[in-house]
Amino acid sequence: MKVLVFIKRVVDYNVRVKVRPDGSGVDTDGVKMSINPFDEIALEEALRMREAGQADEVIVVSAGTSDCQQQLRTGLAMGADRAIQIDTDKPLQPLTAARAFQALVEQQQPGVVLLGKQAIDDDNNQTGQMLAALWGRPQATNAAKIELSGDTARVTREVDAGLEVLDIDLPAVITTDLRLNTPRFVKLPDIMKAKKKPLDVVALDGLVSDAGNDLKIGNWSPPPQRGKGIMVDDVAGLVTELKSRGLL
Amino acid sequence: MSKLLILAEHANGKLNPATAKCVSCAVKIGGDVHIAVFSDSGQAVAEQAARLAGVSKVLNIEHADFTDPLAAMIAPELAALASGYSHLLAPSSMYGKDVLPRAAALLGVNQVSDIMSVNDARSFTRPVYAGNAIIEVSVPEDMLVAATVRTASWAAAEEGNSAEIEQLAAQSERPSHTRFVELQSEGGDGPDLQTASVVVSGGRALGSAENFELIYQLAKKLKAGVGASRAAVDAGYVPNDMQVGQTGKIISPELYFAFGISGAIQHITGIKDAGTIVAVNKDADAPIFELADIGLVGDLFQIIPELEQALD
Ligand SMILES: Cc1cc2nc3c(=O)[nH]c(=O)nc-3n(C[C@H](O)[C@H](O)[C@H](O)COP(=O)(O)OP(=O)(O)OC[C@H]3O[C@@H](n4cnc5c(N)ncnc54)[C@H](O)[C@@H]3O)c2cc1C
Repeated sequence: MKVLVFIKRVVDYNVRVKVRPDGSGVDTDGVKMSINPFDEIALEEALRMREAGQADEVIVVSAGTSDCQQQLRTGLAMGADRAIQIDTDKPLQPLTAARAFQALVEQQQPGVVLLGKQAIDDDNNQTGQMLAALWGRPQATNAAKIELSGDTARVTREVDAGLEVLDIDLPAVITTDLRLNTPRFVKLPDIMKAKKKPLDVVALDGLVSDAGNDLKIGNWSPPPQRGKGIMVDDVAGLVTELKSRGLL
Repeated sequence: MSKLLILAEHANGKLNPATAKCVSCAVKIGGDVHIAVFSDSGQAVAEQAARLAGVSKVLNIEHADFTDPLAAMIAPELAALASGYSHLLAPSSMYGKDVLPRAAALLGVNQVSDIMSVNDARSFTRPVYAGNAIIEVSVPEDMLVAATVRTASWAAAEEGNSAEIEQLAAQSERPSHTRFVELQSEGGDGPDLQTASVVVSGGRALGSAENFELIYQLAKKLKAGVGASRAAVDAGYVPNDMQVGQTGKIISPELYFAFGISGAIQHITGIKDAGTIVAVNKDADAPIFELADIGLVGDLFQIIPELEQALD
């Protein structure tokens, strides 16, 4: 069974992003870029499936400019067998991404497709669900546990009321949550080895026309700031302050 | 004029308050507001939905396939209902986020996530980068608007209405590839984290599930909901449904207490809409103090018992 993992190149989660003064976006010049943390968890899970003998090939895919080859190489260094870059210079909205991914999925015929539940840049939380819809296959979002058995999977999902367990038929799309696993660290020799692994480039138009990118993104602004707070010295001070604000 | 359809969220015969918040967003957009209730027996929920001010009709769609909240079942039905509507809305809860993108893709339209405010019927603001930036998003003129509503940005619609309830038969083709097994819910007895007016949260500093009792006790005294940072959840002190933040719950209580939480942006983004934020941390340089309205530097293991005494 093949496992296809979609990863996105995003501003590293430790960076405090700043909106450009002209409202055209956030400053990404010289900022550290990484694999979206949820996607890294997805890739880790795929590697564990292969190590457990449940999968025989892990393919890591990213859509973007040649810059995202950096993240694909990291994915290869983590242990993916090969990589595919969907070449495009436009940031893809989720529906467009899902259409491109579907085309690739039809070509590659994976048993499981894994991706993060959301990207930490646009925070959309849509692409996996859209891909599953277009492909006409099951979705299990926010996975905290995945158990494969034959041609089904039992997935434990994080939901607002606790944990929901689903059985889904494969092939299927599973999106990953934080507690599914802890991704491995990449070791130097793996980085060297990754340089020799295949990385194919396909053009976005070769997979799908870019129709679907039709939400218009207007002005960017920094979030409203909260007023400056005060410090109190002790519990008595805290209680007095809360009472004076009518909160106790 | 706009015609809006809201996906109701409900469990155990109760309408989730997130639905009433979606109604407020729909009313702001303006137009004819309908609510769709999917379940095996939804009359009680439909009646609750019909009471919400601003709603003109409730569609009650009952079928055994809708017993559990499965996106694979509900999305095709929602997509089938969408014709004739200009807007399809759902709360940006885990449920709404699961169902709506699937329905939007079936309809071939993009989705706007997490509406914070409405500029006009097709233009909205929403947070990105864990709330570190706000963007304007607009949907083209001829396209259905599919959107989730950031519930923390909206007050619940008032009650007192009695909208018409229409019974509809399920009409979509639904798959058999997805089967519900169970919901594992610890369901504490305190107020619900997402609607509580006071929330007490604990972080990694609590150190163990046993120590987290301190937080529960204080919360009980304050009639508060209980939340946690990701670190506290990951360490197994509390269940996942208590996580507050970018990838947990986004909440807007009147009063929020953060005990032993450092204030990572991923946590902060979940509490920015709180009325008053109180932070207790033994590190005077903890980033949480940059955000807190009232800060107290000290050891939570001393401060919580003292605070409890002061409340007696
Ligand atoms: C993709 C992604 C998504 C994330 N999503 C979320 C999310 O939704 N929610 C979330 O919370 N986090 C999230 N995180 C994690 C986040 O980055 C932080 O790691 C996490 O919030 C830290 O939790 P904490 O504040 O409890 O722990 P720490 O950062 O370890 O802070 C503990 C604090 O306790 C203080 N302390 C220690 N002992 C005491 C004492 N005795 N008395 C008083 N204070 C004490 C310390 O000074 C410190 O400030 C996410 C991370 C990533 C990468």
